[in-house]
Amino acid sequence: MAKARVKVPKKAKKGEIITIKTLIKHKMQRATKDKKTGKPIPRNIIHTFEAKFNGKPFLIGEWDTGVSANPYCAFTHRVNESGEYEFVWKDDAGQTYTAKAKIEVA
Amino acid sequence: MNEVRIKVIDRREFLVTSGAAIAALTALTSGALARETKDPTKLLQEITGGAAPTEGKVKLEMPEIAENGATVPVKVSVDSPMTDKDYCESVTLIATKNPSVYVCAFKFTPDSGKAWVSTRIRMAQTQEVWAVAKMSDGKFYIGKTTVKVTIGGCGG
Amino acid sequence: MFRKRYRMGGIALSALGTLVMAGVFTLGAGGASACEECKGKYEVDGKKSGYLYSTPATQAIQDDDFTNPGFLWVERGRQLWAKKEGEANKSCKDCHGEPEKLRGVFPTYPKFDPKTKKLINIEQRINRCRTEQMKAKAWKWESDELLSMTTLVGYVSRGMPVNVKVDGPAKPFFEKGKAFYFQRRGQLDMACKHCHIDFPGQYIRADLLSEGRAGGAFPLYRLKWQKLGSLHRRFRGCNKQVRAKPYKAGSDEYVNLELYVKWRSNGLPVEVPAVRR
Repeated sequence: MAKARVKVPKKAKKGEIITIKTLIKHKMQRATKDKKTGKPIPRNIIHTFEAKFNGKPFLIGEWDTGVSANPYCAFTHRVNESGEYEFVWKDDAGQTYTAKAKIEVA
Repeated sequence: MNEVRIKVIDRREFLVTSGAAIAALTALTSGALARETKDPTKLLQEITGGAAPTEGKVKLEMPEIAENGATVPVKVSVDSPMTDKDYCESVTLIATKNPSVYVCAFKFTPDSGKAWVSTRIRMAQTQEVWAVAKMSDGKFYIGKTTVKVTIGGCGG
Repeated sequence: MFRKRYRMGGIALSALGTLVMAGVFTLGAGGASACEECKGKYEVDGKKSGYLYSTPATQAIQDDDFTNPGFLWVERGRQLWAKKEGEANKSCKDCHGEPEKLRGVFPTYPKFDPKTKKLINIEQRINRCRTEQMKAKAWKWESDELLSMTTLVGYVSRGMPVNVKVDGPAKPFFEKGKAFYFQRRGQLDMACKHCHIDFPGQYIRADLLSEGRAGGAFPLYRLKWQKLGSLHRRFRGCNKQVRAKPYKAGSDEYVNLELYVKWRSNGLPVEVPAVRR
């Protein structure tokens, strides 16, 4: 299920620095207690975000509970060749979410 | 050109590889995650290995007043040429009065093109936010800003 | 205590034309921060959308469809749109084609429903499709599914003016909704109108009061909720704040109130999914 949205330009010039925007649906749950039952709710946040181009990571985010729910993250990349981006989000529950996007260098 | 310049390392490994000053601190904290700290100065020292960061080079853009602390936009940029020889390695956001002051860190590579990131963070109250940049030459820079968080009213 | 201060404040206001209220309502700068272009878009016939009562930082989140987290629900809505469900094994798409075909539907709800002889709002209309056409279970109020579908149906009418009808068979329900709006309730003994007609543009403690013309905005992404939510959830919040017992989401009381609130928003553009503090 596509929980993530990514925005990558389809084309770029060689050497161009492009802006990439990412958004993912996630509660970023802090460790807390249920208001009614008092039962503990374990922490479940996305702790690692990784942006790769042609398999090579160029940006890593190490997040904690201070990152807002439904994390938004925008960053840049210098494009030297055509290829594919892969974005990976990993949470405490062991879930990994990925999104991919292609770019063509004219 | 194909080498992977960054890899995910855990805090312990990071501390061990970050010099003697840190090693001493590691002993003090028994390797506990510095992320858990409520003391922003302590966290800053762990990041810099005790060195005092220079003010400047780091631009931290946040609203003066946040309507709700749950989602506060932040843009950080570090003045760096981002070449293979001279680039910004990482930037760490510290919310000085949050229950957990470590918010997030971003690691860059020269391929990042710019040491720039835009995200949204949680702020428990009105406070100063720090952005600490580590450069490839081992120097540290810091940028600070204050955000007023409005609490109370008819939140509903 | 609050009530007393409030009433005293009311007198001061009418007598002096200025606010001398014991820190309850203070003068704010409603809409002052918005750009001129936005003002035209979000202010129609002197009616101001809540957008103009948001700070530039919050407006900016809404302005860019990518930074706006509400679009996560729009996309989920699109997935659900094509999903076959129920005994009839039908999807929304099977009957309606693309969601864009429903452009113009959202701004006209709630409306009179001849079948039940009362009002029906858009959430209830979606669920009727599910139970009657798809033979599927109705979605629960405030469930991710119902919010997503409502948001999608709202989104395809974005930019169109809210246009609810309050005459004919809808009139008695409109009158009930209006009466609700002016009825004092709760320990604080306040009606909707005390904030949203009498004091928009002023602060109640730290919050800037809007005109409550929410008809084109909900479901919206609320920074406080850190998720998307319905207009009825907001009604419940407001009612709780004046320490009244809230009604159930989807209750007749709130659907009638919804018609009145949407009528107050007639002419303002649909902004779904809007972003507010």
